[in-house]
Amino acid sequence: MRSRPTAELTSAPVPPVGPQDHRRGEGPELIVYADLGCPHCAAAWEEISGRRARLVFRHFPVAGKHPRSPALHAAAEAAGAQGRFFEIVDSLYADRGRVDDPHLWERAKRLGLDLDRFEADRRSDAVAVRVRRDFESGIRAGVTGTPATFPGRAVD
Amino acid sequence: MIAAGTPAPDFTLRNQDGEKVSLSDFRGRKAMLVFYPLDFSPVCSDQLSIYQEVKPEIEAKGVEMIGISVDHAFAHKAFQEKLGIDTTLLADFEPKGEVARAYGAYIEKAGHASRSLVLIDEQGTVEWVHESPTPLEIPGANLIFDALEADR
Repeated sequence: MRSRPTAELTSAPVPPVGPQDHRRGEGPELIVYADLGCPHCAAAWEEISGRRARLVFRHFPVAGKHPRSPALHAAAEAAGAQGRFFEIVDSLYADRGRVDDPHLWERAKRLGLDLDRFEADRRSDAVAVRVRRDFESGIRAGVTGTPATFPGRAVD
Repeated sequence: MIAAGTPAPDFTLRNQDGEKVSLSDFRGRKAMLVFYPLDFSPVCSDQLSIYQEVKPEIEAKGVEMIGISVDHAFAHKAFQEKLGIDTTLLADFEPKGEVARAYGAYIEKAGHASRSLVLIDEQGTVEWVHESPTPLEIPGANLIFDALEADR
């Protein structure tokens, strides 16, 4: 399921925020590498998302620590394709106990998503590649735990 | 810590399945030894889980990644299963920490290995080493790729 472009994973700075990034809010950029299955991320999420900042979410799923993480990140990306990225992230962090497929469908329905499209998207290669791209940029920046935050540009 | 350029001490240890594995088995390939303190500890779990995510990329560079700690093979098996990883884990169990000591990667007062990486080349020579300042610090996987890049 994972993409294998045999990327270079040598050290590199965190990539600057671009149009492909998931962004919310206004203010100085705050780039967050987060794992949707990670309890530390869930605990920190309210505080992080309450900051006066342009929050930039980057995927950093680590399956060994949190077996459902790859599925959750794919679901978030699929929700994002329908304009509901941060809504599903908020929902997943607010309620960590319900993360199986039927729960994801429920969440998608609640957000008014087109379920067939959500299902197709979350299993697509494009979504896997998109999630992996963020993950690899985190690896190159030396991320070894989540949430990992980096300052972006000070003003927009 | 053992120095780059010196011959890597050979060893034979049991893996998570109880099979004997020797460093010399990897002659002709590169090996990245990942010394870590303890199975199931939170930091070691994070480290091995993250390295697992980039294991295919490490292998694509012709490098075998091998974890080593003082835990027994049975503990290694359970740890592998818990994390869902397939990285080979070797038991430096009896005499305890003998291999870690040979590489200068043993913390006597703690009774376990330090968190150290040792890259061994195709001929069995230590090519690069990294020791975390404290066992709580995980070397980023990027450092492994930097070491492999520098070597080319």
